[in-house]
Amino acid sequence: MVENDNDRRALAARKEKIADEVLDLIGEVCDDDAVRDERDLDLFEAGLLDSLAAIELLVGIEERFGVDIAPTAVERSEMNTPNKIIYQIAVRL
Amino acid sequence: MQFYSSPSFFLALTALALPAVVLGLTGRSIKRYGEAASLIMLALLFSASPMQLACFAVFVVVAVAGTFATLASWRSGRCSLAVFRVSLASVLAPLVLYKLTAAAGAGVAGFIGISYVTFRAVQVLIEIRDGLITELTLGDYLYFLTFFAQITSGPIDRSRRFLADANGTPGRRAYADLLTRGILLLLAGAVLELVLATMAKGFFDPASVPTGTPSLTALPVSGAAREVVRAYAYGIYLFWDFAGYSYMAMGASYLFGIRCPTNFRAPWRACDLKDFWNRWHITLSTWLRDFVFMRFTRAAMRRRWFSSRLTTACAGYLVNMVLMGAWHGLTVDFLAYGLYHGVLLAATEVYQKRSAFYKRHRRERWYRLLSWAVTLQLVIFGFSLFSGQLTQIVGGIIHG
Repeated sequence: MVENDNDRRALAARKEKIADEVLDLIGEVCDDDAVRDERDLDLFEAGLLDSLAAIELLVGIEERFGVDIAPTAVERSEMNTPNKIIYQIAVRL
Repeated sequence: MQFYSSPSFFLALTALALPAVVLGLTGRSIKRYGEAASLIMLALLFSASPMQLACFAVFVVVAVAGTFATLASWRSGRCSLAVFRVSLASVLAPLVLYKLTAAAGAGVAGFIGISYVTFRAVQVLIEIRDGLITELTLGDYLYFLTFFAQITSGPIDRSRRFLADANGTPGRRAYADLLTRGILLLLAGAVLELVLATMAKGFFDPASVPTGTPSLTALPVSGAAREVVRAYAYGIYLFWDFAGYSYMAMGASYLFGIRCPTNFRAPWRACDLKDFWNRWHITLSTWLRDFVFMRFTRAAMRRRWFSSRLTTACAGYLVNMVLMGAWHGLTVDFLAYGLYHGVLLAATEVYQKRSAFYKRHRRERWYRLLSWAVTLQLVIFGFSLFSGQLTQIVGGIIHG
């Protein structure tokens, strides 16, 4: 999806812009603000996300960012850390 | 011809797999040949019943029409939900009609594999609506929908995964590896289904096995103990029978370069019921998770149907498992089985989220052992509902 330097810079800027709000959302869904400091933490392994919380996260993403991610659109391994979640939203904005 | 049990099936499979093996080992694409081989196997499957063949053909025509109408609508940018809904309803109609009429005594519109092709067709339709499938050729769709190795009882593959395999060429090395594993899976599956499952069945239903085979009649148990032995034997039989079938279906798929997903992962080691459903008939439970549970809970959260996440989860589990039971058949036994697991999964969710005792001890060895033992009993009890054993016993008590 990201092909050249310009795209890459634009994506990085978008990630930067939404990071705070996404981390807030993850913190709310997981009921744990520690995600702010551990942005590469596997949320499923840490027991902070399960399939239901993941759906709540997808609905939250839809409501706050207008980004629709279908339940089978992304493999769990591509959306299991705060950084990966930020990335998945940013590439769809 | 009965798939995965008639001797003629294994002969036909061997003969038809040979060219695929040659193509795979020489690093060439298996797809074109695989499509032809699959058609031949389907012809053999339906050869005994023109009526079933006709119902199958009608289903395929309906599925193709609905799927490609929806795809055209999405590709044009119109994204008509009406087209999608009509297509979804028409793809589901034959299965619903069959289940309803089967419950009334005479199944109409049924054919071997109807459930499994329906699952596959629904997955494609929903993923077209989700914008995940934007390109699909008729040939690819038909190959996925009716691939012989998985048609009768799964595993329920996913189209994007399946077609990536079918359209790719694994390469000699990777194919040789697939071939070895495929042959081992076929052999192991045959032993499980044809030998071990048959033996286990004798301890559930002694009349079903040839005389001379060790069976329940040889055991010095009676009354309640006998029923407990039967319940365990049925659970073991069901696992060996279905896991055996699934391993063979995986093995046969591997021979054609399709890395069919696994259906069982040591289900008897499950530590709770959620864990059990991640290990038992995995392709069905993940299909239901993705296309029923997650869709239902997403709708519930968007529209604020329930006040809490926990209530949403419980409702989701109930809907999901009752539907699973109804899919097995609209009988008291199957519906009770679905409801039983729905209630238990909801109870597990509440317990794990609310209980301080659980949170304190869940990682300790004694707790895990206890939880495993309780789970096993709950699973076996569920199977005795599923097999009809329980209603038989209750009926026996009521009618004296």
